[in-house]
Amino acid sequence: MDHVIIKVEGLRKEYHIGEMTVHALRKVDMEIRQGEFVAIMGASGSGKSTMLNILGCLDKPSGGDYMLDGVNMRKLNKNQLAGLRNSKLGFIFQSYNLLPRTTALENVELPLYYNSKVKAKERKERAIHALEQVGLGDRFHHMPNQLSGGQQQRVAIARSLVNDPVVILADEATGNLDTRTSYEIMELFQKLNDNGKTIVFVTHEPDIARFMKRNIIFRDGRIQREVAVENRFSATELIAKLPKEDDTDFLSA
Amino acid sequence: MNYTNLTKIAINALKRNKFRAFLTMLGIIIGVGSVIGMLSIGEGSKKSIQQEISSMGSNMIFVMPGSQRRGGVQMGRSDAKSLTLSDISQLKKEAMYLSAISPQVSASGQAIKGNKNWPTTMYGVDASYLDIRKYELEDGRIFTEREIKSLGKVCLIGKTVTENLFGENVDPIGQTVRFNGIPFKIIGTLKEKGQNQMGMDQDDMLIAPYTSVQRRILAITHIQTIYASAVSEEKSDAAIDEIIAILRKNHKLEADAESDFEVRSQSEMIQTFSSISNMLTTLLGAIAGISLLVGGIGIMNIMYVSVTERTKEIGLRMSVGGRGNDILVQFLIEAVLLSLSGGLIGILFGLLISYIATTLLNFPLVIMVQAIVISFLVCSVIGIFFGWYPARKAAGLNPIDALRHE
Ligand SMILES: Nc1ncnc2c1ncn2[C@@H]1O[C@H](COP(=O)(O)OP(=O)(O)O)[C@@H](O)[C@H]1O
Ligand SMILES: [Mg+2]
Repeated sequence: MDHVIIKVEGLRKEYHIGEMTVHALRKVDMEIRQGEFVAIMGASGSGKSTMLNILGCLDKPSGGDYMLDGVNMRKLNKNQLAGLRNSKLGFIFQSYNLLPRTTALENVELPLYYNSKVKAKERKERAIHALEQVGLGDRFHHMPNQLSGGQQQRVAIARSLVNDPVVILADEATGNLDTRTSYEIMELFQKLNDNGKTIVFVTHEPDIARFMKRNIIFRDGRIQREVAVENRFSATELIAKLPKEDDTDFLSA
Repeated sequence: MNYTNLTKIAINALKRNKFRAFLTMLGIIIGVGSVIGMLSIGEGSKKSIQQEISSMGSNMIFVMPGSQRRGGVQMGRSDAKSLTLSDISQLKKEAMYLSAISPQVSASGQAIKGNKNWPTTMYGVDASYLDIRKYELEDGRIFTEREIKSLGKVCLIGKTVTENLFGENVDPIGQTVRFNGIPFKIIGTLKEKGQNQMGMDQDDMLIAPYTSVQRRILAITHIQTIYASAVSEEKSDAAIDEIIAILRKNHKLEADAESDFEVRSQSEMIQTFSSISNMLTTLLGAIAGISLLVGGIGIMNIMYVSVTERTKEIGLRMSVGGRGNDILVQFLIEAVLLSLSGGLIGILFGLLISYIATTLLNFPLVIMVQAIVISFLVCSVIGIFFGWYPARKAAGLNPIDALRHE
């Protein structure tokens, strides 16, 4: 069996708002292995984003252990966590989070600027390669506001890929996109996973979760159940079945 | 930490927000520029007055009849005639701190040459007068002792009078002009001195032996003013005391009697005018200080707002691996670049203001190094501090909190 990339034990996260305590995560155990494509599912407010943010080392848990690629996160300081985000993690946001007035290429280069081992020439080459991988080989010098939502999300995916992370974490990455564009993004994720990338994908949409191999369903800060996806969707096939012209009747159906 | 990369990041961030960068710099430019400009105008006016006064003579001291202590009321005739030639000879005999002494009597009237005439003033003086008042001979000679003794009808002529009576490029030496009906032979020409700060033409004059003016034109025996040079500027005060003592003795004044003359000196005038222009400089400095303050507050605002606005960007940078220190250094580099280039442009701007203003006002251009250094430092420190301080706060946030910042 492939080795464990993410291992979470008894993970807790509480928010204190005045007198009130919100239990966003209550003792979560989870394991994700190399090459997996996992959906974290659940209703809004069930703790999915909280979970993903902790996995992405953007936030600290209140308790419990998190081992990423064999390293226990609890033992690391802020700078070490930043180093880890830079070298092992790729994060994709629902709202893309690209730097405005900055070309696609420079946006993708961004993580490598914080890696002093990568020289300027290599940085550019890797960014070009990442953009080509996500199908934006002809959009290097476009600014975010000159790109469609789907294209902006592709730039964000290229940015998450550029440092060759051990795992890609995506939070509602298709949440702002229409059906066809969502499928196209899912096609890209499936392709990346086929090539061996480990991906954890947060979504509240059951339809989207069917593109992954395994679903972990959250409820009220706990894992409610886990299922292996049967009859997994293939994005390529679904796109082929869509009408050629973008048809609004189909979208609302 | 990789400073090359962080510098590139900082430069790119500035390029992305050219307008904001420009606004920040504008505060610094105006702050620095106005301080330099204002102080250089103030200092220029001071210098200009000082130059003006020192061009009036060399360590000059002059004695006028009468006493100003009587509230500026017009003095009686006896007072106006209190200075005599015996005062001059007594001063020449006894004064140790004076290098030159000359009487002065002046008469205004018409200078006539052929069919041209010109209203001017004739000054009756001694030969040493030229040195005391810093007039120079351009050509010809000054009158001799014999010409003074013999009430010689000779004179020196100023440029303005020459031009108006003879036209340009004419050598008047050897010619004769009539002044108030008396013919004077021109024996020398004076170098051009130009206008003084009050707009008075210092070349509109004739200079003749005091004896001639006293007797032939004014028909008086007293003198109107005594001009003298102190041996040095430091001895100026001692020279004044000496003059007062000699003249009081010569006038046979009782110890408690008021002097019937008034002694003024060039250095005293310099002090008086300096204190006026110091006030001007202080006033301009205060205005400059206020503009520096306003500029500084502007810089603070823009820096503070822009960092706060960019908290999301900071969160993003952290989420892809930027460390708190990386963020801090980036913002610091941005602030330094903005402040320094704004400061440098401000210095150029200030020098330009100084140049234009002093040229228009006809002041000497004084470049105040302290003004440059202080305003540059103040603006840079404010700019850098208010770029750094909010960035430090933002860089200490959890990445997710920075990202979620609205
Ligand atoms: N910064 C926060 N402060 C307080 N409560 C929070 C914060 N972030 C999330 N929560 C709470 O934690 C719970 C889980 O939120 P979240 O993980 O965002 O849910 P999901 O992504 O599944 O919709 C919610 O009840 C939410 O209100
Ligand atoms: Mg969420």
